[in-house]
Amino acid sequence: MFELDWGQLLWIFTTACVVNNFTLSYFLGLCPFLGVSGRIDTALRMGMATIFVMTVTSICAWFLNTYVLPHAPYLRLISFIVVIASTVQFVEMTIKKLSPALFKALGIFLPLITTNCAILGLALFQTNKAYGFIEGIIFALGAGAGFTLALVLMAGIREENELATIPDVLRGAAMSFLIAGILSMAFMGFAGLFSKTA
Amino acid sequence: MPSQKDSYEELVKGLWRENPVFIQLLGLCPALAVTNSAINALAMGAATTFVLVGSSLLVSSLRNLIPKQVRITTFIIVIATFVTVADFTLQALAPVVHKELGAFIALIVVNCLILGRQEAFASRNSTRVAVADAAGMAAGFAFALFLLGCIREILGSGSLFGVSLFGPNFEPWVIMILPPGGFLTLGLLLGLFAWVKERRLRASQAVGGAPAERRAA
Amino acid sequence: MMVTLGIAGLCSGLAIVGIYLVTQPMIERNRAEALEAAIYRVLEGAKTRVALVLREGKLARFESPDGSLPKEEAVYAGYDEAGALVGFAVPAEGPGFQDTIKLLYGYNAERKRVVGMEVLESRETPGLGDKIIKDMNFVGNFRDLAVEPAIAAVKGGRSGENEVDAISGATISSVAVCNIINASNSRWLDRLADAEGVAAAGNGSSPDAAVSDGTGSGGID
Repeated sequence: MFELDWGQLLWIFTTACVVNNFTLSYFLGLCPFLGVSGRIDTALRMGMATIFVMTVTSICAWFLNTYVLPHAPYLRLISFIVVIASTVQFVEMTIKKLSPALFKALGIFLPLITTNCAILGLALFQTNKAYGFIEGIIFALGAGAGFTLALVLMAGIREENELATIPDVLRGAAMSFLIAGILSMAFMGFAGLFSKTA
Repeated sequence: MPSQKDSYEELVKGLWRENPVFIQLLGLCPALAVTNSAINALAMGAATTFVLVGSSLLVSSLRNLIPKQVRITTFIIVIATFVTVADFTLQALAPVVHKELGAFIALIVVNCLILGRQEAFASRNSTRVAVADAAGMAAGFAFALFLLGCIREILGSGSLFGVSLFGPNFEPWVIMILPPGGFLTLGLLLGLFAWVKERRLRASQAVGGAPAERRAA
Repeated sequence: MMVTLGIAGLCSGLAIVGIYLVTQPMIERNRAEALEAAIYRVLEGAKTRVALVLREGKLARFESPDGSLPKEEAVYAGYDEAGALVGFAVPAEGPGFQDTIKLLYGYNAERKRVVGMEVLESRETPGLGDKIIKDMNFVGNFRDLAVEPAIAAVKGGRSGENEVDAISGATISSVAVCNIINASNSRWLDRLADAEGVAAAGNGSSPDAAVSDGTGSGGID
């Protein structure tokens, strides 16, 4: 379990973060992406919470995949969703106890993470790619970092745009999608980051 | 009969006025991810319809038996069961489509639309009305997906349902079937709908406002 | 409260197990058919196949009464109508331009050549990288390809027997395919050189003879 192939791990992290960004390439986590990206600091906090939940979910998913699900593969979806809901609940309770200030700052965002398709998507992708324990954690960190990156970029742009003149018909969600489209195009430039031409 | 009329109202509202994708902005993840072709969009619409209508039917039938504290968990169990059934059935009967849709069938479980309808509607209304609501919402969702899918497939692959429309010399606008195309299409569609709405509003204001300029409806 | 959850969980469990039992045979059959079709496409002339799996580091024949495919990693020996070995179909995967590429390639151990290649799964750029699936000229490169010293993708046309003409505009995807096959070769080729005997154990009767599943008969040394 501990012979680490650093090249492979770097590839996993970077691919999950920028090349196949969970939000801009796989369309996961769009509800918080639209709802929370109004301000940079809230975006950052949401991103941090998501990274944490993703990492815990990845570990639990690995345990389930290795020890429980080979005997009952049909229970995969239900067990994943139960794990995610419980993890969020648990994280909420822990943060409340350890740091009430942080809990108040995160507010409503914490329970919302449960319906974030990015978390379940992470668990499913990790299963499909048959990642090991360490690989799964790196994958979760990369995916969470990518989600946070997309969120913060979006927040920065939207903050700037508040004073810009936008046609009335495009105000609101329409503009956000157009911005997201351009961001997504920009991120396409990361493809082929690790490839050699010879 | 009042409940007849109610059912019809509930059915129709999901199609346009409260369209889950265009108005409520729910279920966006699958709406953009699998609409790179019309067939995939329809398949996802069908799977979501199955899960939504089935869940609403079950939840509204059993609504008086589910205690308040565990209702969300129960809803999730019901939805996850239907999704698993849909997933396996699709894999057995249409493996090619299943492969195209990939993990997004399983992701129907976290589609905020479905859980939202259970919480807001199915758990508080009679079965008939709840099913009508679910059917309407699902139809609206499928319609939105189909519209997105058609636009993206026609522009991005030059085909519809796999049938080439413009012949071999058409240079497809490939970005449309890639992720940015999804975002851009939806953004522009939302802008278009807002524009149409504004024009209608202005037209009706002009008709109602100045009697001298009143035209025949 | 708990009772409700318990009942819900129970009913849910029953429904899921039920649908699983009903659909699993169909799913398995679909999977086997798809892979078999690919095997017969990369091994031209093959009509029947035998699966070989790794048991304790050695290749062993995989038997199953209903012709289903092994769940673990396997290579497939293909035989033509006369029962002669056409070659081995080897599944391989590796990083491409956008994401992982999964492919199947045919290998003739006697002549030491790749005899066919088919991409099973890829997320390469449509219109560019996905030509590794659609461009028949590119795929045709793999019909007779020497594997020594290693397969290389070159631009501007093949000059050596181990060279593949890369797709213009999709160099990286083309190179990725070659790298995947090279990596897979360094894993399997030595084993495949002696594998004909393993696969042929019991040949003469139908390759999918009804010997019990799981026992590797005739492992090689």
